Amino acid sequence: MDLFNIPLPAILSQLVVGLINGSFYALLSLGLAIIFGLLNIINFAHGAQYMLGAFAAWFGLQYLGINYWVALLVAPLAVGAFGMLLERTMLSRLYREDHLYGLLLTFGLALIIEGLFVQGFGVSGNPYATPEALRGPVNLGFMMLPKYRLWVIVVSVVVCIACWLVIERTKLGAYLRAGTENPRLLQAFGVNVPLMITLTYGFGVALAALAGVLAAPIFQVSPKMGSDLIIVVFAVVVIGGMGSILGSIVTGLGLGVIEGATKVVWPEASNTVIFVIMAIVLLVRPAGLFGKEK
Amino acid sequence: MYQKALYTALLLLGLVAPYAIYPVFLMKVLCFALFACAFNLLLGFAGLLSFGHAAFFGLAGYVCGHVLKVWGLPTELGLIVGTLAAGALGLAVGALAIRRQGIYFAMITLALSQMVYFFFLQAPFTGGENGLQGVPRGHFLGVVDLRSDLALYYVVLAVFVAGFWLVQRTVDSPFGQVLKAIRENEPRAISLGYEVDRYKLVAFVLSASLAGLAGALKSVVLQLASLGDAHWHMSGEVVLMTLLGGMGTILGPVVGAATVVTLQNYLASSPIGSYVPAPVVLGVIFVLCVLAFRRGIVGELAALVRKNLNLG
Repeated sequence: MDLFNIPLPAILSQLVVGLINGSFYALLSLGLAIIFGLLNIINFAHGAQYMLGAFAAWFGLQYLGINYWVALLVAPLAVGAFGMLLERTMLSRLYREDHLYGLLLTFGLALIIEGLFVQGFGVSGNPYATPEALRGPVNLGFMMLPKYRLWVIVVSVVVCIACWLVIERTKLGAYLRAGTENPRLLQAFGVNVPLMITLTYGFGVALAALAGVLAAPIFQVSPKMGSDLIIVVFAVVVIGGMGSILGSIVTGLGLGVIEGATKVVWPEASNTVIFVIMAIVLLVRPAGLFGKEK
Repeated sequence: MYQKALYTALLLLGLVAPYAIYPVFLMKVLCFALFACAFNLLLGFAGLLSFGHAAFFGLAGYVCGHVLKVWGLPTELGLIVGTLAAGALGLAVGALAIRRQGIYFAMITLALSQMVYFFFLQAPFTGGENGLQGVPRGHFLGVVDLRSDLALYYVVLAVFVAGFWLVQRTVDSPFGQVLKAIRENEPRAISLGYEVDRYKLVAFVLSASLAGLAGALKSVVLQLASLGDAHWHMSGEVVLMTLLGGMGTILGPVVGAATVVTLQNYLASSPIGSYVPAPVVLGVIFVLCVLAFRRGIVGELAALVRKNLNLG
C-alpha cells in the first residue's frame, strides 16, 4: 500500500520518529507551562537546562561511574537544585517588574551557560552509550524500532500524565493551581508561596534536565543541543496555549508527529512546518488551541 | 536647547571621527546603532519586545547584496529595495505577532524569525553557510565612488542621521504619543477610541524597515551578507544594545551599540577573548542590566542630570 508513491512502512517509521521528537517537545513545553503558570516567566534558559541534564548524565558516566538509571534520577535533581539557586538569587528579584525582564534575564543566563560549555567542551558532540538493557530493536510489525526509542516515548508519556494527575487531582496540585490564579490570596491562607515558587521553578527545570538525560543516548551530548530546540518548543507553546497542562502535552506529541509526516512528503519543509502551523493557529485562534482568551 | 547643542556636538564628532578611528569599525557601529534605534522605537516607545528583528536585518542584507551583485544596480537602489523587502516582511510578521501580547509577542516574533532563518539556510540565492560574498560597493548616486572607505563613511553617516531623525520625529509626533499611551495603558487607549492594532502594526513595519535599512547598509560596508545576521543571536544582541544603552531613550541605543560592538571587537582581537568567549560576556551584561541597571547607561545618566538640576 502506497501513499504519494511512498511505501507505507516508510511513512509509519517517520511518524514514530516524529513521536520521539514530540516526546521531547511535550516534556519541555510541560516544564515551560508549569513555570509560566506560577511565575509568569518564560524560561528562556530551558534549552540550556535541557543541555545541562544531558551533560550531567554524560559527566556522571564518564568521570563518576554513575550509570544511566541513576543519572535519570540524579541529573534532574542536580540541575533542578541549580535552577532553584538561580530562582532564589536572581529571578525572585524580578517578580514586581514587567514580565519581559524575566525573559531577558533567562536569555542572558542561557547565553552564559551555553557559552561556558562551548568554551569547555567545544561544539562537537560527545556520544553517550545506550544502557545495556535497552539495546537492540523491537519489532513493531511494520518496522524495527530501537528499544531505547520506545522507552523514551513511554517515559515521557508516563511522566507527562503523572504531572497532569498531580496538578489536577492532588492537594499539592490544587495549591499550585490556586497560586496560578491568585498568589496573594493563597499566601493569605497561610501557604508559603515564595517557597512554592522556588520549588515549582526547580521542578520545571528538572523536567527539562530529565528530557536532556533521555535525549543523551539518541542525540550527541553537545553544548548547542538545546538552543534551537527551545525555539521550536516556544512555537509549540504558542500553538497549544499555556492555559492547560494537558493541552501542552497533546500539542507537543501531535506536532512531533506532524513534523515526522512532513519529512516524508516534503523534507525541505520539515524544519519550518511547526512555525507555519503556528502562524495559521494565530490567524484562526489567537489564544492557541487549548488556551483561554484573556 | 541642551538637546540641540548635544546633537550638534555629536554630529561634529561623527564628521571628524574617521580621521582618528578606523572608518570600517565606525561604519559597523553606525549600522548597529541604526538597527538598535529601529528596535528601540518598538520596545522603548511602543512597549513591544520583538525577539525576531534579526530576520529583517538579515533579509535586507541578502536582498541588497543580491540587487548589487547579481542585478548590478546602483548602491542606493540596493538600499531602497532591501529596506522595502524588510518592511514587507515586517508587515507579515507584525500582523501575526500583534494578535498576542507581552511574552507571547516575543515568542511569536522569535519563532517566525527562526522560520525565516531556515528559509535562508536552504534558499539558493543566499549562499547557505558561506553567505553572499563579494558584494560590490558601487557608486552612490552615480558619482561618489564608494570603494574609498572615507567616502562610504560619510554616506553611511548621512543615512544614519536620516534614520535617527526619522525615529526622533516619529517619537515626538502625535503618532508617537499614541504609541506611548498604548505602552502605558492599552485598555485605556482602546477606550479612548484608538485603533490600537493599527498603531502597533505601523510601528512594527516602520521599525522593521529601519532595521532592514541598517542590514542593507551593513552588507554594503562589509561586502557580505551572512546567515549570522539573521540568527536569533543577532536578535538577542540588538535587545542587549538597547537595554544596555537605555531603552526608551533616544540616544541609548546608539551608546549601547557602540559599547557592544567595541567590546566584541576587543574580545575578538585580544587574548582575553580566547579565555572568555563573547557570548558569556554578553550574557553577563544582560544579567547585570536586568538585575541592577534597568535604565541603561543613558537612562542612568539622564536620571543623574535631572537630579542635579533639581537640586541646583
